[in-house]
Amino acid sequence: MQESKWRILSRPLVDDNPLTLQILGICSALAVTTSLDTALLMSFVVVCVLALGSGSVSLIRNHLPHSVRIIVQITIIASLVIVVDQVLQAYAFELSKRLSVFVGLIITNCIVLGRAEGYAMHNGFVASVLDGIGNGLGYSLILIVVGTIREFFGKGSLLNVQILIPTSQGGAFEPLHLMLLPPSAFFIIGGIIWFIRRKRPQQVEKPEFTLRQLQEESK
Amino acid sequence: MSALWDLLLRSVFLDNLALSFFLGMCTFLAVSKRVDTAFGVGLAMMFVQTVTVPVNNLIYTWLLAPGALDWAGLGDLDLSFLRLIAFIGVIAAMVQVLEMTLEFHVPKLHRAMGIFLPLITVNCAILGGSLFMVERSYSFTESVVFGFGSGLGWALAIVMFAAIRERLKYADIPDGLQGLGMNFIIAGIMSLGFLAFAGMG
Repeated sequence: MQESKWRILSRPLVDDNPLTLQILGICSALAVTTSLDTALLMSFVVVCVLALGSGSVSLIRNHLPHSVRIIVQITIIASLVIVVDQVLQAYAFELSKRLSVFVGLIITNCIVLGRAEGYAMHNGFVASVLDGIGNGLGYSLILIVVGTIREFFGKGSLLNVQILIPTSQGGAFEPLHLMLLPPSAFFIIGGIIWFIRRKRPQQVEKPEFTLRQLQEESK
Repeated sequence: MSALWDLLLRSVFLDNLALSFFLGMCTFLAVSKRVDTAFGVGLAMMFVQTVTVPVNNLIYTWLLAPGALDWAGLGDLDLSFLRLIAFIGVIAAMVQVLEMTLEFHVPKLHRAMGIFLPLITVNCAILGGSLFMVERSYSFTESVVFGFGSGLGWALAIVMFAAIRERLKYADIPDGLQGLGMNFIIAGIMSLGFLAFAGMG
């Protein structure tokens, strides 16, 4: 059955989120979320690369020999990332310095290759582009939530605009430095996954052993 | 000498690729169900990282960096934008060569790493290692130390992570946290632990 276009676009947001369900592209997601502006920029870049990458792979899918497809896909993605990287360095130099190596790492970001291989190789151009955008937005959603939480509680600001005044400047807000350190990203994503799976119980993974089963076995 | 020692300790513990830069997370979460498979991946990772970072360092300094082609009379050429494609190519090629060499000369080691070598080609920790090497402008010796250290750190992290997961198999975890959610929490706690090395540098 053909999925509706809207469904292709909206499914990866919560129901089939690349980060929390497909376990794709976690690598670069966590490091750029210490503040909201880098998270937004990274989201934008990933949506662009995903849409263009999936689209171009889908266009040439019927002419690709099966044995060299991965190399061709990687080359397409790498070329796109190089273009994006150069554009960023030209127009948003400060931000691109703060993203450091993580723009380059979009090449090995499993979302892009995963969607190219798993979806764009078997579907038409429009559907592939929509799937790319949808997955990019699903990724962005998590990035933006994490970025907001970390910047707000870590610095008391959003998009570099001070909202809560820290105690060092006479306010009543004590910045949580843990939020700016790597562990908090893991905890927040863990929490988001827990929240989503409370709402969508069909995503819950079955435990390998349950306590009751063990007790019965030992009888 | 002490600077190199410092760099080694830094790259193994404080700047741990998996736990403080989140690199190679996909592999980290996917193949850490059992300690022995985790050990295989860790070993493969260490090997590939130790080889590719220095090789990429040579390629970058002699071919791609601004003014690097001076020896060929092309001093005003800046090819550094090609580094992403060049590094990926080098990594894929090195993994292939490494796999053939190991299979021929050290079949035992090759069996231990098994299917993980090709998997590592698309691991972001490898490409990330090379990109960090460029960003922090390491010399050749430093890149050897950094490559080895960061590979070792990643291997250490995944083996410990797998050991904790094996233990937790019998734990009674809330439904929503089962599996992926719990893994993130564990990784977070481990990352907190590795932060304690911050005073060492």
